[in-house]
Amino acid sequence: MASRRKWTSFAVAMLVLAWLAYVPQFYGQSELVPWSEALYFSIAALGLNLLTGYNGQISIGHGAFFGVGAYTTAILMEHNAWQFLPTLPIVIAVALVVGAAFGFPALRLKGLYLALITLGIAALFPDLVNRFASKYGTAGTSLIQPPRVLAPEWASGFAEADDQYRYYMLLVVGVVMLILAANLVRGRFGRALVAVRDHEAAASTLGVNIARVKVGAFAISAAYAAVAGSLSVLVNGSANAGKIEVFRQSILFLVAVVIGGTATVAGPVIGAYVVVFGQDFAKDIFDDKPELAPAVFGVLLVVLMYVLPDGIVGGWRRLIARRSRSDGLPPLPSASPAH
Amino acid sequence: MTLFLQQLMNGIGNGVVYASVALALVLIYRTTGILNFAQGEMALFSTYITWKLTDAGLGIIAAIAVSTLIAFVFGAIIERVLIRPVEHASPFVILIVTIGMFLAISSITVTIFGDDEKQLPSAFSERAWSVADVSVTLEFVGLVVVLAAECLLLWLLLQRTKLGLGLRAVASNPESARLVGISSGTMLMFGWAIAAALGAIGGAVYVPTTPALTAGSMQAVLVYALAAATLGGFDSPLGAVVGGLIVGVAEALAIQYVEPLHDITLVVPFILIGAVLLFKPTGLFGRRIVERV
Repeated sequence: MASRRKWTSFAVAMLVLAWLAYVPQFYGQSELVPWSEALYFSIAALGLNLLTGYNGQISIGHGAFFGVGAYTTAILMEHNAWQFLPTLPIVIAVALVVGAAFGFPALRLKGLYLALITLGIAALFPDLVNRFASKYGTAGTSLIQPPRVLAPEWASGFAEADDQYRYYMLLVVGVVMLILAANLVRGRFGRALVAVRDHEAAASTLGVNIARVKVGAFAISAAYAAVAGSLSVLVNGSANAGKIEVFRQSILFLVAVVIGGTATVAGPVIGAYVVVFGQDFAKDIFDDKPELAPAVFGVLLVVLMYVLPDGIVGGWRRLIARRSRSDGLPPLPSASPAH
Repeated sequence: MTLFLQQLMNGIGNGVVYASVALALVLIYRTTGILNFAQGEMALFSTYITWKLTDAGLGIIAAIAVSTLIAFVFGAIIERVLIRPVEHASPFVILIVTIGMFLAISSITVTIFGDDEKQLPSAFSERAWSVADVSVTLEFVGLVVVLAAECLLLWLLLQRTKLGLGLRAVASNPESARLVGISSGTMLMFGWAIAAALGAIGGAVYVPTTPALTAGSMQAVLVYALAAATLGGFDSPLGAVVGGLIVGVAEALAIQYVEPLHDITLVVPFILIGAVLLFKPTGLFGRRIVERV
């Protein structure tokens, strides 16, 4: 039974991957943009899920780490003439350090207080960028537009246009990050994350170094967000940090994690696609009134939470569990829906 | 010295507003355990209603009274319709619902009232007195009086009325409260209604001190109010007031005296919070939650 389900999910994952690889051939340039956005959004949500879903530390500030990645890449490309890919290791290193730096004070805080401090990071970040990065930007602003990444000769077989090539770069990085996250949560560190979330005292009795796990979770999730930010430069051609954007992004990452399903591997990815395409859908409903789009999206969120309080993946699992029960099989321990 | 006193007063003036929004946040948090992200946007909506009423020819004081009443009703409706169904869900779910409300209310506000700048008249005349070379405006005195009145009324309500007793009972133990016949649902509805009304007053007295009423008017206030509530301790109304004043004064003094912080004054409240929380993780006046293992 369990192995059958494993194969089924593997087959589904392969089908989805095949579709995602086919997307740039199918859609034109402007339709490809949301698909690319959804990819980097997924990566940020994957990282936040490690922190919030598995480790129980709520962050509403990951838009700032996203920005750290975007700016690191943009500055290195624009002012040091780097290629895109070599900037990624630097981005990860920088974000690990910055994330850990915030992870240490976070050790003292829990729940609401932590969420609010991270919100402060998101609120502060645009001001800091304006102050310190504007010397790199166009005309003294904090907007940086590095040279675009173009499709090389060897890729002409599958990606004639530059945006197709960039999409495939995103997809490859995204799949690598997903596999890394999946392995991480199934391994020793992942079990430590969950143990610390569920019961700190018990976890520490069993020899889990709580401080190391919590700071580690913060650093790794910051690195994920930063990689996502760096990839966003690939898609948008610029790094920018508007006050509203950083705040919105921070919120939307969390939204993606929760509506997808916290503490599941596929959840944040599904959530990211729902967030990106849900907003597009909201825009299309009232074509003549673009300012109503957030209202539609907000209502969508509220309804989703009423119907699927444990997220899309959680709802799906409940459905499966109910079906397998009606097959005459005993219910799985996890089958009883959370009350 | 004059400059210092002037800045101190500016700080207190802003701090009073942060405090009253923080008070609303704390009130909802105390009674329902929910952090209401939409608090600022709810206040924004009420402020627009106040503006609409004055635009239609109503006096400002009457307009504030009417919009506060409307906010009270809306707050109750929001609790009953939007929050009640997820009341027992995980904190994540409630957080996302209030975020959804945040997005929805702000965009509905823009749709109804437009995104151009509006001028909301002040509830106080432009009188000013000169006390030892410092000009004390009636607006400043008014802001302080409004906050003091809010605190007093809230205190009387919570400590001296049966309704307040019910509210406190539900906040401290909903199940036992229900056992002695207090309808926890009604109490929570009241909590939200009062918080919404506080927001309406806060918005209406704050916006005239800023250049104009815009769709983004309350967003910075929400951040400062959150900072104030965190600093004071999230479950303490007294903490919210003290926190708000500290944040406001620290901000004003930093603008004046700390040159490198120019443009990034938002750093100030968060440095303060960081420093306080490192030594007292539940804020200045917050109660420590004792967990049984």
